[in-house]
Formats: sequence, structure tokens, C-alpha cells
Amino acid sequence: MSNRILTCIGCPMGCTLQVEMDGQIVKSVTGNTCKRGDTYARKEVTDPTRIVTTTVRLKNGGVVSVKTKEDIPKGKILECVKELKQLVVEGPVKIGQVVLENTAGTGIPVVATSFSK
Amino acid sequence: MKQCDLVIVGGGPAGLAAAIAAKKNGINDILIVERDEKLGGILNQCIHNGFGLHTFHEELTGPEYAYRFIQMAEELEIPYMTGSMVLDITPEKKLTVINRTEGVMEIQAKSVILAMGCRERPRGALNIPGYRPMGIYSAGTAQRLVNVDGFLPGKEVVILGSGDIGLIMARRMTLEGAKVKVVAELMPYSGGLKRNIVQCLDDFGIPLKLSHTVVEIKGKQKLEGVTLARVDEHNRPIPGTEEYYACDTLLLSCGLIPENELSREMGIAMNPVTNGPVVDESLETSIPGVFVCGNVLHVHDLVDFVSEEAAVAGRNAADYIRGNMEEKKSQGIPVETEGGIRYSVPSVVEPERMHEPVKVRFRVGNVYTNCYISLYLDDIRIQRKKRQIVTPGEMEEMVLKKEFFQEYGRPEKIRIVLEQAKQDDREVNGNE
Repeated sequence: MSNRILTCIGCPMGCTLQVEMDGQIVKSVTGNTCKRGDTYARKEVTDPTRIVTTTVRLKNGGVVSVKTKEDIPKGKILECVKELKQLVVEGPVKIGQVVLENTAGTGIPVVATSFSK
Repeated sequence: MKQCDLVIVGGGPAGLAAAIAAKKNGINDILIVERDEKLGGILNQCIHNGFGLHTFHEELTGPEYAYRFIQMAEELEIPYMTGSMVLDITPEKKLTVINRTEGVMEIQAKSVILAMGCRERPRGALNIPGYRPMGIYSAGTAQRLVNVDGFLPGKEVVILGSGDIGLIMARRMTLEGAKVKVVAELMPYSGGLKRNIVQCLDDFGIPLKLSHTVVEIKGKQKLEGVTLARVDEHNRPIPGTEEYYACDTLLLSCGLIPENELSREMGIAMNPVTNGPVVDESLETSIPGVFVCGNVLHVHDLVDFVSEEAAVAGRNAADYIRGNMEEKKSQGIPVETEGGIRYSVPSVVEPERMHEPVKVRFRVGNVYTNCYISLYLDDIRIQRKKRQIVTPGEMEEMVLKKEFFQEYGRPEKIRIVLEQAKQDDREVNGNE
């Protein structure tokens, strides 16, 4: 048995959630004031994910903003950002254009979120 | 002199949504004047996601949200001028505009929509003692440097203020390889969204120190470090609580101020609480035909509400230009706020001019739990909403309908009141 303490992001209450875990199985969630806290806690302790947003360098100077097309595992954020830091793309880049097919081995592409020169 | 039915000052989310609404309501002779090189305003540098959940039911980044509106404006063939700044507007709605190619020009408008947005509170307004070395930026300036220009302003960072831009920049600087040592917040609570505290600070192990401020800045030419101290309930630093942080960058995220130089010079009546113009139900200012929307009216937390508010201003400007707007016969009914609510927008309502339900938006001045937000016409309660919590960082709203006035008559005043719920009253958030 182990315990995880989280802050709920469902609303400004920011309830402190205690999650009791048995390995990967959630035994109980306490501290939440509403159902959203329970749902959030279960997802956050078993499969936390985030959409990563950053910029990539352009060959002719400057940067273009990008995001992972879907959310990726939280543990892969730094690997994803590191990969994108190495990347140099040739402009002009269009909004929605794929700049990297598969980030950090997640199978999820990275797309531009703005236009570049 | 160039004539134009509607001139919109500012091509950010407010200006774009206002223009689109005016065009859809039959106004063709529109001009958006934007100071920056492209449309989209501050959204262009807000590359994080979380925009558009209300409007498009999906999570977009700032530039993507802006692009949806820019596309709409282009499809509707709304004329705009970038790299152009409005220098002056007369009460008769004559605008002086300047740009690099055409120099100074004058435009006579029938109606004007003010959508200039807001500006960050600078260091000079914060009374931070110490030298003035390089390395101190407002969070939004750093955001532009990193996200648009591609420069990282520093490697070791302290952030003062836990507004959303400060929190977002804590994560952004971390992802770019900087070490964010601490975020200090003067108030005992953060002004930022919980989601940002968790996903921008907790995810990266960045500490948030509430009730703390910067009491000393070290470094003459370049910033070398800052000293933080805990503050008491009167926001005075407590001696003996000082802690020194070596850093080369200090970011300030200490509030936003509507950018109303033009409005003030026009002689528009201002609201000292919001620092924005006083408006009525039509978002019309004290000068007939001059409307206002977005962060220049009052600072919003969600762009979706800016777009919605701006569309109201756009529709009303269209009505004004086509002569479909009833003239004000009276001062209107004042909207008064009580029990910890700081202000409301609009602050005056004329039911006869209401063509659609009016959203009254407001903020509280402190954190309150287990309470009701109630709407009264004089002493009759029309509506109340239960809230587990209300905070200064989250704007609230009440919807005023014309039927209320038909049913209860014309009141002396409309009151929005924050009321404490009974201790055992634990029903969840909702309308009654």
C-alpha cells in the first residue's frame, strides 16, 4: 500500500486529494468535495498525460510554436522537449504542419501551431 | 479625410470578434487598426494550450485560437491595417492614425470600438527597493522573447507574482533549460488557475511561496540575486524571514492594467476599480457610439469570454450605425455590488435598450467559501447561485433578462450580492 497526495485541478477549490494505492490499483480517493476530484485522481495516478507546447528553431533563424498533437505521458515531457530542441525545420511552416512524426517513441506527432516566415 | 462606418482599435481577440459580429450584422465599411505587425494580439505569444474550450469545445493554443478568428475575418473580407497606431481619438470620433508607409492620416468614424487590451504592471509601480540592473522583465516580455523571438532571457530565474502568465512562464523557462528557483506571491493565495499551479509548478517541482515578496535586488549592472521575505497580514515584510536567491533573471507577474490612454484623452468616464471605461448594457461608453470590449474594459481570465463580450460590442455598434439603437432617455439603472464583490461590468443597465439577455460579469476581492451569489432588483431576490468557492482570479457572471423588469417593474437599483451560506448548507455549485 502507498499513498499519493495531489491537488485537484477541477475548480478553484483545489482540494487536497489522498489516493491510496496497491501497486497500480487505486484503493480509495479521499479529500475530494465532488466527483470530478475522484475522476481526476484516478487518471492522474495511473496514467498522467499532458499536451506539450514549445518552439522549434527555423533554419533561417527564429522559431515557430509547436505542440504534441495529442497528450503524451507526463514522464515523456522532458524527452519530447529535448528532441524538439535538436530539431531545425525549414520554413515557411504552416499551422497544423507536422514537424516531427513520432515524439519520444509515443507515436504522437508534433505539429506547428502558427505560421512562420 | 477618410470616412469609415466602424473603426476598431486593436486587432487582438476582442477587436477581431467585434469586427466579425459587426460585419455579420450588416456593417461592411469596417477598419481594424492594429499596432503590431500581425493580427492576433497577445494570443500570438501564448503558445500554451487551454484556449477555446467554451467557444470551440476543444483545447487550442493561443496562436491557433487567434487564427480561427483571423480566418473568419479574412473570409468576411474585413479590412485591417497592421503596423499602425492610433494616436488620438476626438469625442466626435475622428481618429489620428500613423504608420510607416502612409505617415499620419485622419479617419472620421461613425462608431468606434475600443479593443486595445491591457499592459503588465511594471517594476516602477511595485516599489521594489534596490538597484535597477538588467535581468528584470515582466513575465509577458519574457514570454515574447522566448516564444516569438526565440531568445532565453536568463538561466537562473525567480518569479514574483503567481498570476497565470508567471506560472506559465515558470514552466516555459524550465522547458527551455532555465532553472526556476521559486515563485513568490505577496498574497496568501495565488491569483492563477489551480490547473496552472499543478501543471506549471508541481509537475516540475518549483516551489510557490505565498505571503512572500522581494525586499532587495542585488547587482548594479547585471542582476545577481534577490532577497525574499515573508509578509504579515498588512503585506509588510517580517524582519528575520529574509532568504537570498542567486539569480540572473527576475520575472514580474504582478497584475494587468487596461490600456486606456486613448479612452481617457477622449474624455470617456472611467471606472476606478477596473481602470476601464464605465459601460452600460450595450457596452457603450459615456460617449454615444463608442463601445468597448475585452481586456481594455476589464481584465479577463478566459479569452472565450473576451470573444463573447466583443461580439456583443460589435452587434451593438452595428445597431448604432444603422440607427437601430434607442437613445438613452435616462441614466439607466445602476448595478451595485455588495458583500465583497469589487465591481461589475456593465455598471448601469437600461432595460429598454436590451435586445438580448445581458451578462453581468464581476470579480470578488478575496477568497470566499460556501457562499451564494445573488441577484436582486431592489430588495427582491431574482436569482441565486451556490458557490463552494469564489476567488479573485476567476470572473463570475449573472444573466439579466428583460423579463425580470417586465415581471418585477423598474427597480431603483440592480444589486449583485455575495452572501455566506449556512454552515450545514453543503449543496453543490448550481443555480437556484
